[in-house]
Amino acid sequence: MALKVHGTVGSPATFRALAALYEKDLDFEFIPVNLSAKEHKSLQFLAHNNPFGQVPVFEHGDLKLFESRAITKYVAEAFADKGTSLIHKDPKKSAIQTVWTEVEAQKFDPTVAKLGWEIVFKPMFGMTTDEAVVAEFEKKLEPMLDVYEKRLTESKYLGGDSFTLADLHHLPTLHGIMGTKVKRLFDARPHVSAWASDILSRPAWVKVASMLTK
Amino acid sequence: MATPPVKVYGPPLSTAVSRVLVCLLEKDVPFQLVPVNMAKMEHKKPDYIKMQPFGQVPAFQDDDITLFESRAICRYIAEKYPNKGTAGLFGTNPLVKASIDQWLEAESQSFNPPSSVLTFQLVFAPLMKLKQDEALIKQNEAKLEKVLDVYENRLGSSRYLAGDEFTLADLSHLPNTQFLVEKTDKAELFTSRKNVGRWWSEISTRPAWKKVVEMQNA
Repeated sequence: MALKVHGTVGSPATFRALAALYEKDLDFEFIPVNLSAKEHKSLQFLAHNNPFGQVPVFEHGDLKLFESRAITKYVAEAFADKGTSLIHKDPKKSAIQTVWTEVEAQKFDPTVAKLGWEIVFKPMFGMTTDEAVVAEFEKKLEPMLDVYEKRLTESKYLGGDSFTLADLHHLPTLHGIMGTKVKRLFDARPHVSAWASDILSRPAWVKVASMLTK
Repeated sequence: MATPPVKVYGPPLSTAVSRVLVCLLEKDVPFQLVPVNMAKMEHKKPDYIKMQPFGQVPAFQDDDITLFESRAICRYIAEKYPNKGTAGLFGTNPLVKASIDQWLEAESQSFNPPSSVLTFQLVFAPLMKLKQDEALIKQNEAKLEKVLDVYENRLGSSRYLAGDEFTLADLSHLPNTQFLVEKTDKAELFTSRKNVGRWWSEISTRPAWKKVVEMQNA
């Protein structure tokens, strides 16, 4: 059964889904969605792909899914024996992994995405970075990274002793922010810094990121 | 009677704590609710931080495992006790589970942010004698309306968000919606939409949720 991803190069959520597919060595068809042409807001897209009008959308036979973190989870479980194992099978280890997956979704992503919006995207769209907002969100990020630092002192990866979705979900937003001055906050914390370098250099992620330069 | 091994730390009024409580009650899992005095910053003290390093509620313990993040705790409970209490909270096969995960993520990414801001601004800020931010309220009401339009459409062809059965995806919406419908003047956002209103009426009158509301009002 063919796998398909409707998405956009550069969309962090699209890249999150692609990272999982590449980690699992899965073949899939990438169907580009033209965001500037508002393709994702067309009646057809809303009715058939994602009623929230967002990318990515994933297909596996008759199954159609939106929300990148639901897509990665499905892929990790449906293809458990292929490529990198992205989930823990033991229920207790799996529960800990899910905790840190929620930390990314609830805390890391909203904070870092906001910084990325101010520093990276606003200038791209001809808008001015609001430095007060940057300062505010850096202040939120610092204690969060202190928790990450402690966690990574006790555990090789966030979700446990091996790389899992708990780490993978961070990649798109992490990649974007490491190209900005916010990188200094990560560099100041040795375990966080080592973890970030480690996961950003994974071949599957490098493959996803290279789509940006094509 | 032996003390239940499951412990939930935090006040029932906390939306995240109540999310875990309703899940335990739906699954008929006995638990002990351990109070955390947040006014006295108990959640920021070293003993608590050991359980929840971000210093938030809830924290959760079962046997020798300590968890936090309410949606992670709910998934754990639903998966550990698939045959207890309400069946199918997290699906009985991978395809159903994927749909539940999808709507759980939609709750987390689309519904939770604006509804949390509104809950804080309209319910908790006045209680804490903090000034309300009218612009923020307006902005988030507009966001929430868009999300509820999607739900209105979805619930026109599906009894519950992920399908024909009540699941974690619906359950996750209970805490914020309860506040908005019962404690603010924004109930209309939900009740003026026919399908959303029908869905809210069904999920909010489930015995487990009614019990949680009793705990909140105690």
